[in-house]
Amino acid sequence: MKRALRNLLFYAALIGAWALLARLRVWPPYLFPTPWGVAEAIWAGFADHSFWIAIGVSMRRMLLGYGLSVVLGIALGMSVAGSRFLDQTLGGLLVSLQSLPSICWLPIAVLWFGLSEKAILFVVVMGSLLSVTISMETGRKQLPKIYSMAGRNLGARGLKLFLNVTLPASLPYIVTGLKQGWAFAWRSLISGEMIFVTLGLGQLLMMGRDLNDMSQVVAVMILIVALGYIVDGLVFKTIERLLEQRWGLAAS
Amino acid sequence: MNANFPHPAPQPTPDKSSLPIVHRKPPRAAVMVPLPGTPAAWPKVSLKKVCLRYRTNGSAPLEALKNIDLEVRSGEFLCVVGPSGCGKSTLLHLIAGLERQTSGEITINNRAVQGTGTDRILIFQELGLFPWLTVAQNVGFGMRMKGVPKPERESRIREYLRLVHLSQFKASYIHQLSGGMRQRVALARALATEPDVLLMDEPFAALDAQTRDLLHDELERIWAETGRTIVFVTHNVREAVRLGDRVLLLTFRPGQIKREYPVVLPRPRHLEDVHVAGAAREILNDLRAEIDKSLEAEYGDEARA
Ligand SMILES: Nc1ncnc2c1ncn2[C@@H]1O[C@H](COP(=O)(O)OP(=O)(O)OP(=O)(O)O)[C@@H](O)[C@H]1O
Ligand SMILES: [Mg+2]
Repeated sequence: MKRALRNLLFYAALIGAWALLARLRVWPPYLFPTPWGVAEAIWAGFADHSFWIAIGVSMRRMLLGYGLSVVLGIALGMSVAGSRFLDQTLGGLLVSLQSLPSICWLPIAVLWFGLSEKAILFVVVMGSLLSVTISMETGRKQLPKIYSMAGRNLGARGLKLFLNVTLPASLPYIVTGLKQGWAFAWRSLISGEMIFVTLGLGQLLMMGRDLNDMSQVVAVMILIVALGYIVDGLVFKTIERLLEQRWGLAAS
Repeated sequence: MNANFPHPAPQPTPDKSSLPIVHRKPPRAAVMVPLPGTPAAWPKVSLKKVCLRYRTNGSAPLEALKNIDLEVRSGEFLCVVGPSGCGKSTLLHLIAGLERQTSGEITINNRAVQGTGTDRILIFQELGLFPWLTVAQNVGFGMRMKGVPKPERESRIREYLRLVHLSQFKASYIHQLSGGMRQRVALARALATEPDVLLMDEPFAALDAQTRDLLHDELERIWAETGRTIVFVTHNVREAVRLGDRVLLLTFRPGQIKREYPVVLPRPRHLEDVHVAGAAREILNDLRAEIDKSLEAEYGDEARA
C-alpha cells in the first residue's frame, strides 16, 4: 500500500514536471509534446481503432514468432545439452551469435522472404531463439539427475519422460531465459516493424515521425512500454508465482 | 558361529502364501529349524558376478561393487546393511535398471535386466519426489505413466495415502511437508504402482520411532498379503532383523557380500524384542568391524592427501 502510494506520487511528480516544462515552452511543441497532447493522441488512436489494429497485428506476430522460438529453442537447447559433440561445437557458436543484435538478421530476412510477414517472423525468431536455447541448455545441465531417474523408475521414457518430468522440472531454470526471450522478441519485432511498411506498432511509431506528430510518437512509445509491462505482469509473474507456490522457492 | 545363526547357508524358506500361519504366529522364541518348502523354479532377482566400476575424473576408477552373487526368492524380504559408501544404493540402482553393471549378469524372473521397468520400483534415498506435482499427483504418477484409468488411479491414490496417514495432505506440495512426511509420500508412490519387486533405500531413516513402527507393521502386512519381493537397504541392523527373512552385509570398497544371515524368527516381530536384539548383535559386531575399516580407509586417504 505504502509502495503503491509512493509510486503514485512519483508518477504524478513526473507528469507534473513534464507538464511544467511543456507549459514553459522551453522547446517548441513539435519537439516536446504536452502530456494532454499525448493523452489526446492515445484517446484518438483507440477511438479510430488504429491502435487496436496495430496491437492486434503486433501481438499476433509476437505469439507466432515467440511460440516458434520457444519450441525450437527448447528442442535445440535439449539436444545441445544432451550431446557432447553438439555442446562443444554448436554450443560455442550459439553463445557467440548472441552478441549479434537481432536487427542484423533483417537483411537476410528481406533477401530470403522479401518484405513479407515471413521476414518479420524470421527476425522475431532470431531475436529470441538464442536466449531460449541457451537457457534451456544450461537449465538442462543444472537439472538434478534424480528427477529423470525417478521418472524412468516410475515407467516414463522418451517423449513421456520429457513432457512429464524433464520439462516441468527445468521450468524454474528456464523461466528467466523465457522472459528474456520474450523481451528480445518484442524489441526485434518493433525494430522490424519500424523498417518495414506493414501494420503494427513499430509502423505506427514511424507514421508519427512521418507526420511530424510528436504526440503520436510518444503515445505509441507509452503503448509499447505498457504492453510489455502487462504481458510481464500477466504471464511471467503468474508463472513465477506458480513456481514459488509449488517449489517453495523464489524463482530467480 | 553365533547360536542365533545355526544356518549360515541361505536356506530355502517356503513360499509365504503356502504357510501363512507360520508367519502370523505371535512372537515366542527364535525358531531355529529351517521351514520346509518348495523353492520357485528360478529366483525373482538374480545377480551373477556383478561388478560396477564408476569412472572418476582423472584418478583410478572406483570399484563400487565387486563380484556380487545374489539370489532373491520370489516373495522374499531381503535386507542389506553395510557401511556408508559401500555400494548399497548402487546395488539397488543396478537392480532397478538405472545403472548398468560393468560386468556380470542381472536377471529378473530369469530375464536379463534391460533398463527400467515398472515391475521394479525403487524408493530413492533422496526420494526424488516431484516438486511441481501435488502429493496426490506424485502418488499417481507411476499409474498415470502405466495408463491406469483415472477412476482406479484415484481410488488407489486415496487408499495408499490413507495407508501412510497423509490423506489430509493430498493437495499439498512437497516443500510443504516435513522430511518424514516426504518419506511416506515416496513410500505411497512406490506402493501405488504395485510392482513385483520393491527396492527400498533407507526409506524410514527420517521417521520418528512411532511412525516407523507403524509403517514396519504396514509394510510387513502388505508384503505378506501381496507376496511382493522386497530388497530393503538400511543402516539400522535391528530394523533389518525386524523386517528381513535374510540380512546381507556388504563390505566397504569394493562392495562385496561379506556374509548373509538368515533370520528365522517368527513374525510379527517387534523392534524391541529380545530375540531381534540378540540376532542383531552379531550382525552389528561384523558391521562395526567393516565401519572401522571404512573409517580407516577414509582417514588414511586424508592423511596421505
Ligand atoms: N554416480 C556416481 N559416480 C561416481 N561414483 C559414485 C556414483 N554413485 C556412487 N558412487 C560411489 O560409489 C560408492 C557407493 O555409493 P553408494 O551410494 O552406493 O553407497 P551407499 O552404500 O548407498 O552409502 P550410504 O549408506 O551412505 O547411502 C561410493 O564410494 C560413491 O562415492
Ligand atoms: Mg545409499
